[in-house]
Amino acid sequence: MENEIIVGIGGAAGDGGASTADNLALTCARQGLNVYNYTSYQSLIRGGHSWIRQRISAGKVTNVGDQVQGMIALNQDTMDRHLQELKSGGVCVYNGDKVKPGKAPEGVQLCPLPVFELAGKDALPIMQNTVALGALTGLLGLEFESLSSVFEHTFKKKPQVVKANIEAAKSGFDFAKKTYKVVSNPLGKTGAKLAMVHGNNMLAFGAANAGCKVYCAYPMSPATGVLHWMAGHGKDLGICVRQVEDEIGVANMTIGAGQMGVRAMCATSGGGFALMTEAIGMASIMEIPVVMINVMRGGPSTGLPTKQEQGDLNQAIGASQGDFQRVIIAPTSIADCYTTMEEAFNYAEKYQMPVLILSDLLMSEGHMTLETSFLDRQFKIERGEMIFEDDGKPKTYLRYKDTPSGVSPRAIPGLPNHLYVSATDEHDEDGVTISDVYTDPITRKKVVDKRERKMAGVLNELPKPTLVGPADADTTIVTYGSTWGVASEAVERLNKEGIKCNHLSVKYLVPFQEKEVTELLKNKKKIIVVEMNKGGQFARHLRAETGITAHANVRKYDGEPFEPKHVVNAIKEVLKGKNLVEVSSIEPGWRTPHPPGPGVLSTSSTH
Amino acid sequence: MSTATLVAREAKQYKPEVPPDWCPGCGDYGVLTVLQRAVAELGIPNEKLMVVSGIGCSSNLPGFFKSYGMHSLHGRSLPVATGTKMANHEMTVIACGGDGDGFGIGQGHFIHSMRRNVNMTYIVMDNEIYGLTTGQTSPTSEKGMKTKSTPNGNPEGQLNPIALALAAGCGFVARGFSGDINHLKSLYTQAIQYPGFAFIDVFSPCVTFNKQNTFGWFKERVYKLEEKGHNPGDWASGMERSKEWGTQIPIGVFYKNPTPQPSIDAEDPALQGKGLATIQNLGLTKDQRKKLIEEYI
Repeated sequence: MENEIIVGIGGAAGDGGASTADNLALTCARQGLNVYNYTSYQSLIRGGHSWIRQRISAGKVTNVGDQVQGMIALNQDTMDRHLQELKSGGVCVYNGDKVKPGKAPEGVQLCPLPVFELAGKDALPIMQNTVALGALTGLLGLEFESLSSVFEHTFKKKPQVVKANIEAAKSGFDFAKKTYKVVSNPLGKTGAKLAMVHGNNMLAFGAANAGCKVYCAYPMSPATGVLHWMAGHGKDLGICVRQVEDEIGVANMTIGAGQMGVRAMCATSGGGFALMTEAIGMASIMEIPVVMINVMRGGPSTGLPTKQEQGDLNQAIGASQGDFQRVIIAPTSIADCYTTMEEAFNYAEKYQMPVLILSDLLMSEGHMTLETSFLDRQFKIERGEMIFEDDGKPKTYLRYKDTPSGVSPRAIPGLPNHLYVSATDEHDEDGVTISDVYTDPITRKKVVDKRERKMAGVLNELPKPTLVGPADADTTIVTYGSTWGVASEAVERLNKEGIKCNHLSVKYLVPFQEKEVTELLKNKKKIIVVEMNKGGQFARHLRAETGITAHANVRKYDGEPFEPKHVVNAIKEVLKGKNLVEVSSIEPGWRTPHPPGPGVLSTSSTH
Repeated sequence: MSTATLVAREAKQYKPEVPPDWCPGCGDYGVLTVLQRAVAELGIPNEKLMVVSGIGCSSNLPGFFKSYGMHSLHGRSLPVATGTKMANHEMTVIACGGDGDGFGIGQGHFIHSMRRNVNMTYIVMDNEIYGLTTGQTSPTSEKGMKTKSTPNGNPEGQLNPIALALAAGCGFVARGFSGDINHLKSLYTQAIQYPGFAFIDVFSPCVTFNKQNTFGWFKERVYKLEEKGHNPGDWASGMERSKEWGTQIPIGVFYKNPTPQPSIDAEDPALQGKGLATIQNLGLTKDQRKKLIEEYI
C-alpha cells in the first residue's frame, strides 16, 4: 500500500504505551489520516509486554496490516523483541539514556533520543514517551501543530500539563528532524474530519443512539469497555447502569427491564455468556426484546482473556435448550458495531426476541478512525407492535395472540385492561401455562409455530448479502464477522496479482440467508472459508444451513489476528491444492518463554 | 408506589379465573389469599402490581394472582424483579418463590438484592423441602432430616435466612406463618409500604413431602415477637432472636430500620421521575451526539 505506514509502540503494562499510541492516532486523525490500531497485551496490570500496532494511511484501512516500519521502544524488551521486524526505510525511536540498541536490519534508522537532555533531569519518567512521540511525529512527516492540538484538547482543563507536554514533544520533534532522516514515504494530509473510536465505544454509543435505557453488566474482558462507557455517560444520557453480582443476574435483570418496555442491553464475553444462556431461552419463550453482546476472546473456559478468536459461534447458536427464537448478528467492522446496534434494537422490539451480537476482541478493543459525519446520524427507531395507551374499556387482551406474522401486540405492564403473566413454562395465547396440564399437544404445537413464524419476518427484513470483487471469479472467500477487514484487503491484493477471486462476508448468522447465500455460491469452483477458530465453526454452520461444504479452509487460532499476508499466502496454498491451511504468527516478537512448571525437573539452578 | 392516597378494594378483585393447583392443605394457599387481602387493603390497582416468581410449587403463584406477572427461571425472581422496578417505578413489585429457589439456586441474588436495596417485597414460601421434585433436602431442612436425597439423614447444616438477611443489610426482615393469616397480613402490608427491600420468610408447610415440619409442628412452636416485647428497631436484638429454633420459634418483624436508607431506585440519577418505561422519545439528540463525538477527536 502506498502512502501508509505501520507503527509499533511497545513497553510494559503501565509504561504509558497506550496513551502514546492514542495521541499518535489522534494526531493522524487531525490531519485527516485513517488509523487502525490493535494491541497485543497480556492479562497483567503492571509489567509484561504490550505491543500496539498502528496502521496509518491516507486511504481506507480495514485491518492492522503486515510489516512495521516505525517503532517506539519504551523499554529494552521491546527493542530486543521487535527491532528485526522493521522493514527497510523504517525508523526505531527510543530513549538513548536507558535503552541499548540492537543491530538494525538493513535500511532501518536507529534514532536514540537524549531524553534527559531534552526533557530536563527533573522531568517525570513518563515524559520520555512524549519526547519519543514528538520525535516519531517528526520522522513520519506529520505536522507538529496536529500533535500539539491533541494535547490542548486532551488536557484542556490543565494548562500546565498542556505546556509541559508540548515542550517535551517539541524538543523530541526538533531534535529528530535535525538529527535523523524523515522516512522515505512521509505521511501527508487529507481534508477528512475523523474521530478515533474503538469497537466497545461504538457498541455502547450505538446502543445509546438506538435508545437503550438500561444497561447491566459484570466486568469481563474484553467487554468491559462497554460497561465503562455506559457508566461514564449514563447520568448524562439517562441510562440506568447496574453492575450486577454475576452474569446470570445481569441477563435476568436486563430481561426484566425489557419486559417493561424499556430498551435494555447487556454485554459480556464467552464465560459470562455461558451463564446467560438459560435466560436467553426465557427471553425467547416470554417474547421479551433484549440485546445481548458477546465479545469473543480465546476459549474455551478462561482461555485467552486478552486474545482474539471467533470461537463462540457454536455457543451462540446453541445458547438455550429447545427451539428458541433469536437473531444472531456478527458485526463486520468497528464502524459496523455502531450501525448494528440500530438494527439490533429494532429487530428485538419488532420481533420480540433476544438479539445476540457476536463482537470480538479485535473489533471491541481495536481502534480505528471514522468520519465524524458517520457517527452524527439519528438512528431509525422501530418499536413494532406495542400498546402504550389504554382506552379505558374492559377488553379481552391476549398477550401471546396467534397472528399470521407470529408477532403479538405487546402491552406495556402498568396499563389497565391488559393484564397478563409471562411464563417460562409453555403457555397459551392468554399467557396461562399449559406445562402442568395432563397434556395439550394442539396448543403446544400452535404456540411453538406462532413463535417460530416470527423468524420468517426477520429473515425477510435482513439486508441481502453480496459478493465483493469480480462477480465472475470462480474462487470465493467466505468470512463471518470481523474477518471481513483482513479478507477484503487480501482479495484486493490477490486480484492485483492476477489471482481472480471475490469475497462473501456474512453478518447475519441466525436467521441464515440460505437462499441468497446458496445463489451466490452456486457454481463456484473454490469456496474458501477464512475464520478464527480451530474447528471451523462457521464452515460447519454454512454447511448446516446451505448444504455447501467449503472446498478449503483457512484458520487461525493462535490468539493473534490475521494479517493480510497470512490470508494472501494461505489462499495461494489452497490454489496449489491444499484444503486446510492453519496459519500462525511466527515472527520472533510473538514468542514468550516462561519458567518451567512445578512438574518439570530443573536442569539448571538459575531458574 | 405510594399507597397513601389509594382506597381499599376487595380481595376477590385479585383472584383470576385460574384456580391454584397446589395439593389440598398446602401452606401456599394461605400465602396467596393473605397477599390478595393485603394488596386489597392497601388499594393497589391490579395493573400497578408486578408479581415475579422463580420456579417451584410456590412460584406458580403469579398465575393465580390477578396482576401483571412474570413466572421466571429457577432462582432468578430477584434480578428479574429488580429489572422491572428499575424500568418502571410506578409498579409495586413483589418477588416470591420457595426456599430452594431463593436460598439454594438463587442465594447469590438474595444477598445482593438486600445489599442493593431495591424498593420491593420478597416473600419466600419456606417449607424446608423441595416439593415439586418430590421431596429432597433444601437449604432450610434441619440437620438429620430424612428426605429422598438424604435417606440416612441430612448431613448438612440448616440455613438461617433471618440472620442472613440481617447480616446482608436488609432493612425489613420478618417471618410469618401461613397458619396465622391475620398476623401474616400485617407483615405483608408493612413490607409493601416499607420504602426499600423487604424480606418475609413464611413458614408454608408442605403437606405431601415434609412429614416433619407440619402445620401442627409449627403451631406448637411459633410465638409472636411483638407479644414478647421485641423492639423491631433494634437490629442486635433481632439478630439475637433469629437464633431461636427448636421448641420456641419467633414470628413477626425481627427488624425494621427506623430510618430507612433511600432505595437504589430512588437514588439512581437515571431513575428520577416516573421511570424509564414511560420514555417513548428514544435515541440521542443532535447535541448529545455532538458532545460524544467531541470525545473522539
